[in-house]
Amino acid sequence: MKHVRSIGELGLDGVRRLLDLSTHMAEINSRPVPKVPALRGRTVVSLFLEDSTRTRLSFETAAKRLSAETMTFSVSTSSVNKGESLRDTIETITDMGVDAFVVRHKSSGIPWQIAKWTSASIINAGDGAHQHPTQALVDCYTIREAFGCADLEGRTIAIVGDIRHSRVARSNVEAFTMLGARVILVAPSTLLLDEVEHWPVEIRTELDTTLGEVDVLYMLRLQSERMSQGLIPHLGEYATRFGLNAQRVARLRNGARIMHPGPMNRGVEMHVDPSELEQSLIHRQVANGVSVRMAVLFSALSAGGESTSVLKEVAS
Amino acid sequence: MSADDIRRAISRIAHEIVERNHGVDDVVLVGLQRGGTWIADVLGARIAEIESRSDMVVGRLDVSMFRDDIGIRPVVPGAISDIPRDITGAVVVLVDDVLYTGRTVRAALEGLNAFGRPRAVQLAVLVDRGHRELPIRPDFVGKNLPTHPSDEVSVAPEGVDVVHGGVQ
Repeated sequence: MKHVRSIGELGLDGVRRLLDLSTHMAEINSRPVPKVPALRGRTVVSLFLEDSTRTRLSFETAAKRLSAETMTFSVSTSSVNKGESLRDTIETITDMGVDAFVVRHKSSGIPWQIAKWTSASIINAGDGAHQHPTQALVDCYTIREAFGCADLEGRTIAIVGDIRHSRVARSNVEAFTMLGARVILVAPSTLLLDEVEHWPVEIRTELDTTLGEVDVLYMLRLQSERMSQGLIPHLGEYATRFGLNAQRVARLRNGARIMHPGPMNRGVEMHVDPSELEQSLIHRQVANGVSVRMAVLFSALSAGGESTSVLKEVAS
Repeated sequence: MSADDIRRAISRIAHEIVERNHGVDDVVLVGLQRGGTWIADVLGARIAEIESRSDMVVGRLDVSMFRDDIGIRPVVPGAISDIPRDITGAVVVLVDDVLYTGRTVRAALEGLNAFGRPRAVQLAVLVDRGHRELPIRPDFVGKNLPTHPSDEVSVAPEGVDVVHGGVQ
């Protein structure tokens, strides 16, 4: 796979292959020296036109553990401030000889647009409210690891909160259902979208009645930076109805787990400290982020022709 | 090579490893993923028998991330590595089914560095088919098998097969 831009583009085979490869990368990360020369000589640029901590750092760590060179583009010190267009920026960086762009941008579809301007691989690290495929892969991998299963067949996952603005929700719904999970969206109707009716999910507006039937409770961040239309009448009311507090944690089934893609709004969707919850997978999500992004970069940059899902007999 | 030939060859190599290293106190067998791992397991069991000990350490190493042909052709890891003990100061015997160009062994030598600094590294292979592209030679060989580069050599516990290139 040359580009990793959306879960749909990857398809079930691509998703499974990346998850299996992530297991391999996790083993590398557990070694005394967690670094391999696999992508020696390749250059990966992180082009983040929107803020990020964990995605950007985990991509950069992943690239370094595979021995790729990394370049970091920071808007605040770039010629974007002098009015250079995105296209000119991409073409300029391409001329320096890069192999992959890891792109985050506030507009949906940018990764497809950029792919027309460069011959490098494009990895989508979040485009608007559209897709965040590596987060979905991280979450699928984390669930597989926590439940010790290969697929998500028979698991019920509730995604709670700001569905409307969430690229994580879109990518995760696609990936979770692709791997066989039953997905329930829980949100106030103002934070849903008309199109969710066409998604293969159940839609609820009550969190309390849903808690008892889920294997994974996936809390989304309320994206206040994208709220301009007064979709939430009152933040306190949202927090009361959809926030995760100790009482709600207590109503979860035995063995149910809690996830959040970060960053958390403490006091809005999270009223409990996840570090103190045995059910929390949030630290695993961050740790697995590096392994999964290593798998993504390796797949995009290593392939000489089509990848095969089985090891082609390697001559000694 | 028949299944019996393979069994006998592995048996002989087991004796040679014990003899060469004056016992197996510091010896760690490391099978290369994926073709070398079963041979390392059999070899480990045989050495355990010969030396009457139950603590033979057998690890496995996947070298795909250390290969020099990443980008030239698809490289997909077969299985994960598992080195159960610190190999610093140990004698590591790399075990593989077929020795050919030597590039897998080169990758394995580099890969081992991530796990420690062995006192010595030796190489045991069931079949040496020639055509080396690197200055690498085996310490223990089951059978030297002259081949043409277009041949395909397959090794399984049931036997070794050579399919000649161009022959369907």
